[in-house]
Amino acid sequence: MQTLAQTPLHARHVALGARMVPFAGWEMPVQYAGVIAEHRTVRTDCGVFDVSHMGELEVEGPHAHDLLQGLLSNDLARVEVGGAQYTLLTNERGGIVDDLIVYRLERCRYLLIVNAANARDDYQWLKEREVRGSDVRDLSAECALLAVQGPRSIERLGLDDAPAFTFAAGEIDGIECMVNRTGYTGERGVELLAATEDAGALWDAVLARGAVPCGLGARDTLRLEVCYPLHGNDITPETDAISAGLGWVCALDTDFTGADELRRIKAEGPARRLAAFVMRERAIPRSGMAIAEGGEVTSGSLSPMLDVGIGMGYVPTAHAEPGRSITIDVRGRPRRAEVVKKPIYKREESM
Amino acid sequence: MAAAESYPDDLKYHSEHDWARVDSDEATLGITWFAQDALGELVHYEPPEPGQTVTRGEPYGEVESVKAVSDVIAPLSGEVIEVNGKIVDAPETVNDDPYGEGWLVRIRLSDPSEADSLLDAEAYKQVLAEQ
Repeated sequence: MQTLAQTPLHARHVALGARMVPFAGWEMPVQYAGVIAEHRTVRTDCGVFDVSHMGELEVEGPHAHDLLQGLLSNDLARVEVGGAQYTLLTNERGGIVDDLIVYRLERCRYLLIVNAANARDDYQWLKEREVRGSDVRDLSAECALLAVQGPRSIERLGLDDAPAFTFAAGEIDGIECMVNRTGYTGERGVELLAATEDAGALWDAVLARGAVPCGLGARDTLRLEVCYPLHGNDITPETDAISAGLGWVCALDTDFTGADELRRIKAEGPARRLAAFVMRERAIPRSGMAIAEGGEVTSGSLSPMLDVGIGMGYVPTAHAEPGRSITIDVRGRPRRAEVVKKPIYKREESM
Repeated sequence: MAAAESYPDDLKYHSEHDWARVDSDEATLGITWFAQDALGELVHYEPPEPGQTVTRGEPYGEVESVKAVSDVIAPLSGEVIEVNGKIVDAPETVNDDPYGEGWLVRIRLSDPSEADSLLDAEAYKQVLAEQ
């Protein structure tokens, strides 16, 4: 039996009464008070997630840029020092090895924050392709990461506003951290990267400022409402970025692994597309359920904001247009759903 | 608000975490405090149809939380005579009051003697202690 890894905040989660579950080789809090309450807190106020299980890879050197530009789908040349970018690590078939955010720390130094389940494979992937003048290091064990998310998160943390996809060195109540204007909830917020030994003090400071602890359960429903794909479910090494609706993070005028294949898929038009849908009959779609028109559900849950079943899944292109009716096989019961424009949930405009 | 843990003495229990309140040849069925706690806040109840036959030890419906789906196992056999429509509309009622307002179905028993094989509260708590 594999031993589950623990983040530096494990004891705090247990003390808060979190329900701990295995996730990607880690023992992680899935919920504290309850998924629905935590979800709504992030939509209306401020929640904090321990995402220290995620991987941090550093690529440094005069050829770091060339190495990454050749491996990542987005155009790295558009990222300045202090900037960040959502991008994909792709394979030769145009499949998605991982999705990640790359931060340009210095002119020749980048940080990649990657999915926990893929951290080791991503590191191997980069290491095998490392060239002289690029040095790839796995910093995951030295880093703790807290996502503080919600419309009041910036105010509660006493931070100044800053544009999305930027970062800066900062501190929260004297605890130094990298303050990243990124997230996975569709809300304003930051991701705070700190040294492992500072994780406890940072967590305590963030809670003292009124952030509510939230688990992976709410993280999943929040990202699904805004149609952020989950690697391993909605996007995998077997699915390509064009079919997944991620063509906007593929700089097809540059050369990166699998770009030829992606150009071909784009030119021919994908046979199927990752569509978002809302149930029109009472049922909760789940990953793996068949769609009668073809394809299957890759993510599904109840939307805590809309109080209705929602999901994403690959359907034949003809059925992927918003307004199309599809039928989900809910454990033998056919249930109607409607394809909708992404995101499924759109935050009301507010100050 | 979620209920406090309890296993009333006047109920019979099935080891799959279901309870029955037997009243001569009828019974009211539901899931135990342990079952609702393990699932978390319920958001969906897929009930059987009135008139449908349920079989002891077999699933007769489904309950779902945000993260999970669970079959509901019939502790006794019989015919569904009433479905708790309140749970269809407000599944979280099961979390609030698993043995009262949170009942799931009423059935007419096809073999009332089956009730003798169910667990009493003490025996069910023993099952939980061994998990």
